[in-house]
Amino acid sequence: MAVHTSGQSAAEAAEPGRARGRRRDSAGAPGRFRRGLSTHWYAWTMVAPVVIVIGVIIGYPLVRGVYLSLTDADERNVERSIGVNHLPATYEFVGLGNYADALTGSQFLGTLGWTLVWTVSCVAVTFGLGLALANILHRRIAGRSFYRMMLILPWAVPGFVSVFAWRFLYNEDNGLLNKILAGGGIDAVPWLNDPLWAKFSVIAVNVWLGVPFMMVALLGGLQSIPGELYEAAEMDGANAWQRFRSITMPGLRSVSTTVVLLSTIWTFNMFPVIFLLTRGGPGEATQILVTQAYKFSFEISPRDFAQSSTWGVLILVLLMVFAAVYQRVLRKQGETW
Amino acid sequence: MRRGIAATALVASLALTATACGGDGAEGGKSASGKLSGTVTWWDTSTVGSEDKVFKKLAEGFTALHPDVKVNYVNVPFGEAQNKFKNAAQSGSGAPDVIRSEVAWTPEFADLGYLAPLDGTPALTSDEDFLPQAAASTEYDGKTYAVPQVIDSMGIFYNKRVFQEAGVRPPASIAELKSVAKKIKDKTGKTGLYLRGDDAYWFLSFLYGEGGNLVDVEKKQITVDNPAGVKAMEVVEDLVDSGAAKTDATDGWNNMQTAFKDGKVAMMINGPWAVTDTYAGKEFADRSNLGIVPVPAGSGGQGAPQGGHNLAVYAGSENLDASYAFVEYMTSAESQATVAEDLSLLPTRSSVYDEPSVSGNEMVAFFKPVVDKAVERPWIPEGGSLFAPLLTEYTKVLTGQTTPQKGAEAVGEAYRKLLKDWK
Repeated sequence: MAVHTSGQSAAEAAEPGRARGRRRDSAGAPGRFRRGLSTHWYAWTMVAPVVIVIGVIIGYPLVRGVYLSLTDADERNVERSIGVNHLPATYEFVGLGNYADALTGSQFLGTLGWTLVWTVSCVAVTFGLGLALANILHRRIAGRSFYRMMLILPWAVPGFVSVFAWRFLYNEDNGLLNKILAGGGIDAVPWLNDPLWAKFSVIAVNVWLGVPFMMVALLGGLQSIPGELYEAAEMDGANAWQRFRSITMPGLRSVSTTVVLLSTIWTFNMFPVIFLLTRGGPGEATQILVTQAYKFSFEISPRDFAQSSTWGVLILVLLMVFAAVYQRVLRKQGETW
Repeated sequence: MRRGIAATALVASLALTATACGGDGAEGGKSASGKLSGTVTWWDTSTVGSEDKVFKKLAEGFTALHPDVKVNYVNVPFGEAQNKFKNAAQSGSGAPDVIRSEVAWTPEFADLGYLAPLDGTPALTSDEDFLPQAAASTEYDGKTYAVPQVIDSMGIFYNKRVFQEAGVRPPASIAELKSVAKKIKDKTGKTGLYLRGDDAYWFLSFLYGEGGNLVDVEKKQITVDNPAGVKAMEVVEDLVDSGAAKTDATDGWNNMQTAFKDGKVAMMINGPWAVTDTYAGKEFADRSNLGIVPVPAGSGGQGAPQGGHNLAVYAGSENLDASYAFVEYMTSAESQATVAEDLSLLPTRSSVYDEPSVSGNEMVAFFKPVVDKAVERPWIPEGGSLFAPLLTEYTKVLTGQTTPQKGAEAVGEAYRKLLKDWK
């Protein structure tokens, strides 16, 4: 209990303290800072381990990644120590050359194009299905809790297990899906062997994995909409569609904006689905930015750490820009986010 | 506060253990009397379920010679081993003492400084006995970094029963391959050939068959995108498009073995490493049903790639002496004879071929002349790097995403980035 309260006060102390300190730098901030420190020293000490841990596990790799993206580091010129041999680093600083190469070459833009298609279609379909299922399960139907449990199942199974299961299902010769189709007299579908089908297949698996989260989040949102609103609307003669448009949608607004943002970020960087299902193939048909960055760093040789970091930083920038634009749009529409 | 202290203590203790690990090299090795002790960890890459049992037993037999040495046998899937070893070797933690390194990986690992030179160590004994083409891949920059364990090449494996049913004879050229496949399809409904589309190694015999090559090491030239390279891409595209061959962009190895073992395809191109696994299939319960002929000749003649595996010692091994002895044991004439008998894998020592038990093995007898004629691959540090760009374009050609011409050009472009001062 004690820990809990002090943790809260630490967060409160840290946030306004920093904002004020910046703004009033000229107006005697040091005194305020010192006073803040002497009053809240305990809080500062409490947050210190967290700050240090985050600094080590997030800050250091981030800074190192940005640095590597400005060099020509690859497997052959980074520092290595093997037993008694010690090979010093010999890579050089090349400035923004890697970024120029990435942004002017066709590979980054081509991969970005498919990544956007992948993200938008995954999020749209997942949201649509999640919304539909949440609405169905919000009604009083027989066996509701059973259905809810079953639909959460994809979420409960570890991602890589489900993806491997899907890979077996998709197998062109021995997979269950094609066996079922063959039973209906339909020719085998090259699920993962044809570029277009492979795109469809990876999206389908990601939707399957993402729907439970959407459904649960939206169901929570639905349950927070007061029932009286629906009763009042019904009294006024609103039909089901009008009730959905005018009560459900606005009521879900705050939940859906958050889940769409989260889902977009997750899908944009959905490494396991692509990597375990197709490894970006056939050819490079399903390669998204993160899997390609991984390929640079771990699959090609010599491993190109510089290019991989460059792509990593570009992914970060893209997502930050997206989040900022998204936030601004919402704020304009009067949402506090 | 207390947590802060705990964290500091944790960091400190971690640092201590790290230094302790790094500094402690005296655990294994040679005692004053010259007796070997400690543990030797070996990463094997042989096929799980068939080859690995024999290799594990053989490796553990080392303990009989050196009772104080413990052999830690680890099977790493072949497809992952190159990257796994690089990760472990670079970070210096978790790397094995001995790795079964594919021939193309060996110069690359050596160039990166991950391997211990073996000249003058007990690992290399009676090395004049090794086949010259097997020994070629173990040398880099004037030093020997590995010892050849097995050598291989490729041929067409075919199902004799299906061939009889269709009334055809094994094909000798690409044109025959197509007509044979068509007859098999018409008479039995089965697909002619399984062609792996997820591994560019399976493309090499078609490339060599057209008289092409990936690169020309002597002239320092990139040759993959010359007319022969384009022609080879056209050949494989045509095989798949005409229905003579089927392919997959994922899970190729499993799909190939399953389809061939169950008699769903009549032929596959494969090497000695697939023999034991293939014998386990229901079509080959009677081993004589498995036939084998050289790879089909293209317009430029016949050519299959020379492959194989070496055993190399990690430069950071803490137990170098025992590792050298282990490599020597595993590549000795007796060990190679056991492997050849049990697994039909080809020895790298010429003396082993004289053993009756080895020369009597049908697969070894077939592959030995094939290996002698096989096309040597470029033994350059970039040798292992040539496959990733080739695979991407090869799969694209097979799945109709690009034309053979454009595919070959894209590979050439990637190679020019890789080999900077080449033409």
